[in-house]
Amino acid sequence: MEQQFVEVEKAVIRFAGDSGDGMQLTGTQFSDTSAEMGNIVNTFPDYPSEIRAPEGTLYGVSAYQVHFGASNTNTPGDKIDVLVAMNAASLKVNLKDVKKHGILLLNKAGFKDKNLKLAKYESNPIEDGSLADYQVFAYDINEQVRRVLEDFDLPPKMIDRTKNLFALGLAYWLFDRPLEPTQLWLNKKFAKNETIRDANLKVFKAGYNFGAMGQDLAVRYIVKAADLRKGIYRNITGNNAVALGLAVAANRAGLPLFLGSYPITPATEILHFISGYKQYGVKHMQMEDEIAGITSAIGASYGGALAATTTSGPGLSLKVEAMGLAVMLELPLVVVDVQRAGPSTGLPTKPEQSDLLMALWGRHGEAPIPVLAASTATDCFDMTIEAARIAIKYMTPVILLSDGYIAQGSEAWKVPSLDELPDISIKFATDKETYAPYKRDPETLARPWAVPGTPGLEHRIGGLEKDNITGLVSHDPMNHQRMCEIRAEKVERIVQDIPDLVVDGDESGELLLVTWGSTWGSARNALASLREKDVKISHVHLKYLNPLPANLGEIFGNFKQILVPELNLGQLKILLQYKYMRPIIGLNKVQGNTFTAEEIANKIEEILLSEGVSK
Amino acid sequence: MTTQLDLLIHKEYGEIPQYTPKDFKADIDVRWCAGCGGYSILSQVQRIMPDIGVPKEKIVFVSGIGCSSRFPYYMDVYGFHSIHGRALAVASGLKVARPDLSVWVATGDGDCMSIGGNHLIHASRRNVDINVIMFNNEIYSLTKGQFSPTSRVGQKTKSSPFGVLDDPFNPSSLALGSGSTFVARGYDNNPSHMKHLFQRAAQHKGFSFVEIYANCVIFNDGAFDEYTRKETRPTSTINLEHGKPLVFGFKNELGIIMDGYKPKVVNFDEGTYSVNDVIVHNEQDSTLALILSDMSFNPELPRPMGVIYAESKPTYDQKVTWQINDLIERKGEGNLDDLMRGDEWWEIK
Ligand SMILES: Cc1ncc(C[n+]2csc(CCOP(=O)(O)OP(=O)(O)O)c2C)c(N)n1
Ligand code: SF4
Ligand SMILES: [Mg+2]
Repeated sequence: MEQQFVEVEKAVIRFAGDSGDGMQLTGTQFSDTSAEMGNIVNTFPDYPSEIRAPEGTLYGVSAYQVHFGASNTNTPGDKIDVLVAMNAASLKVNLKDVKKHGILLLNKAGFKDKNLKLAKYESNPIEDGSLADYQVFAYDINEQVRRVLEDFDLPPKMIDRTKNLFALGLAYWLFDRPLEPTQLWLNKKFAKNETIRDANLKVFKAGYNFGAMGQDLAVRYIVKAADLRKGIYRNITGNNAVALGLAVAANRAGLPLFLGSYPITPATEILHFISGYKQYGVKHMQMEDEIAGITSAIGASYGGALAATTTSGPGLSLKVEAMGLAVMLELPLVVVDVQRAGPSTGLPTKPEQSDLLMALWGRHGEAPIPVLAASTATDCFDMTIEAARIAIKYMTPVILLSDGYIAQGSEAWKVPSLDELPDISIKFATDKETYAPYKRDPETLARPWAVPGTPGLEHRIGGLEKDNITGLVSHDPMNHQRMCEIRAEKVERIVQDIPDLVVDGDESGELLLVTWGSTWGSARNALASLREKDVKISHVHLKYLNPLPANLGEIFGNFKQILVPELNLGQLKILLQYKYMRPIIGLNKVQGNTFTAEEIANKIEEILLSEGVSK
Repeated sequence: MTTQLDLLIHKEYGEIPQYTPKDFKADIDVRWCAGCGGYSILSQVQRIMPDIGVPKEKIVFVSGIGCSSRFPYYMDVYGFHSIHGRALAVASGLKVARPDLSVWVATGDGDCMSIGGNHLIHASRRNVDINVIMFNNEIYSLTKGQFSPTSRVGQKTKSSPFGVLDDPFNPSSLALGSGSTFVARGYDNNPSHMKHLFQRAAQHKGFSFVEIYANCVIFNDGAFDEYTRKETRPTSTINLEHGKPLVFGFKNELGIIMDGYKPKVVNFDEGTYSVNDVIVHNEQDSTLALILSDMSFNPELPRPMGVIYAESKPTYDQKVTWQINDLIERKGEGNLDDLMRGDEWWEIK
């Protein structure tokens, strides 16, 4: 049959099926291969919070979305071009996100009466005409794989289990992906079991050929390689990037790494990764609770380690008192909070940006802590190293905010080499003659780090207020005022050490878009779409929330209006209003997912229109 | 991977200086009330320090919050006065990060067993090599006299004007039950006995839990008189010594025999039993340790003092180091460039 190729700039595919259908693996293969052929990729897994939800149910649906393109994708994508659905429930759950006239690749075998009932369909959507707005391609994939593997001596269950690879092969054909990367991967994965390996390889190839031989799938899509910088690349999730960032920061600081943690979604994977770094001399303790997680880390920091604790909202709540201790002790500590929807247990697997004010102010007493936020999965690596750098240089706890969205989503990362990363080491105090526990560096106001084991520097520290310089317990009221002010000033001085913001777009104008954290991606896509329409809009993105960049106030002065979209009910908005005495327009969403580019773009247009600004 | 820290702390030690107890006295006034049990604990700790074989700069005292938790300020070594209840978690992280240090925890009955109870049982089961001295005064003193998890049923305190309803913890049983490898009990007005217990705790590799009855003259004065006064002590307590029969009394006329699985007091003067019939203390026997510890609150039986249990087994901090060394030996020292690159990478040329 005549093949017709259509070139597109970007595309979004989502693989959806039952929890047991291997959709995460299928999506990862598609994403890895696309990245390897030079596309820019951005992915997001979406799986049920139940560990093994019952088969065929709506809440048991697991999905993996891949946004791949010849230019920046920024997010996993808002609307889906191609949905692969392995059963009725996965169609039901995901159809709302598919573009009009989008492609549905359906496994007919997953639309039996039982499936339809579980998915709460009254009639079979493949046959009842309800999918008329889409391009539907429905095949009995179970039947196909059985036929392909009829010579294999494998139990039917095992044969059925290969059906995801058939779907993957078909998707490869549709988007003209090379088969080799996945073939290599299958060879490696099933090296120990030849029969399984051959069966999988055969089914995967058969899926591809099915596309090629088929009659109905006439159009194929081409997404060209992006113009990427030369170098080594890999896909990485935000959680993996934080774990690597901690290990690398310790190396660049010349310190051993210690992690004290307690499992909590969506931060747990950081603990998983780090627990595997034993070969790198990394120590970790899975403690009895979050309080012990942070206090063990403070103990390790006192001992001279680069210490970190990782958690999510409920755990951050438990760490509050100990963060105050770290402020008082002026010891370096990296606290990573992978935000999820709260309050309380909230929506444990869903992202939100609602811990900002807690990170900034949620402690008793005057307890300032620098707060940073990562904007993408790969940015988690850089910001983790930055958090460690500030913690060590300024002898302070630092909070790094990530969220469930970038923590679990992945994108391609240009892997740096260790020696091109900055040296962030500082010197321990060793000189008896000049040492005093709270004698400060005149520039940074950091106190010296003297670790046990250093002869002659034996000293006592603790949570009681300290005398400036000597560090002895002091109840003197004037000293307390002084120390509170010094601790505040120390954190404020970090502003000299962080980059000024650069406005994207015109330096002045009607509207400035201000974002922080993971909303970066949706904002970038919104800007791109508006600029195509010649809408004038400028953007700054905040990676430093405390202190805020020095020139932010000045930038604000150049714009008539300021819009802050965030996944909370207006927390950065409150901060900016109070700091800069400027009214701020909020776009606020707490729906367990991030903004679509369209939501942000619409809000911008609405503001500009109501101001009567012509485009 | 040799770090900056390794270079600083892993120097070769020649002779450890010959210290005196004075070398461990911090240059600061001790602020406990006159007559507080803390004083004698402090002076016995200072007395053993010269002989534990550790250079001064390698010794750290960690504490929580309470009168007892002021302890680190009074020791001229490294000291860390943390927050209420968390001393053991701080100390665990410190010891695991720095196995070269001798880590001690000074804590109170409230700090250790109430707000810090979770950390106690977990540090204990992990067998982190930490020496814990718990000052048991059966009261919250720093907050001026509320009942604690070791206060007695019926005790009238500021927060229990009509008497405590909660049953108390038996600290040694809690420590044993959660896996402590060294459990001992002493009291503030027997300095030489305390000194012995602290020395034993210092020698013990693993989690040592030493409970000391510490009189609070202000909020719970005389709480332990029955066990510490000369007039009553010989019959109300029994001193445990490894390998020695369990005898007590003014003239050592009393002993403990096993009646089934229950300990029972016998009087040799009655002629039925002799010292040969009584239990011989074996501090390495975990079953005996539980039985002895359980005697504590039985009014028919003397309260055991001394080393209840001592077991030798690898410590958590050692195991962490071994696991790292083992992996490095088998797989080679990790290369961070390889780790960053991972298994699935590609090159854009
Ligand atoms: C989080 C927290 N809760 C409560 C307190 C108040 N507090 C300080 S010490 C203490 C009890 C101390 O009792 P104990 O540990 O037995 O020490 P003692 O003073 O008897 O030696 C309490 C409740 C505190 N400092 N921090
Ligand atoms: S109140 Fe009690 S425990 Fe506190 S110092 Fe005074 S006597 Fe000691
Ligand atoms: Mg007490």
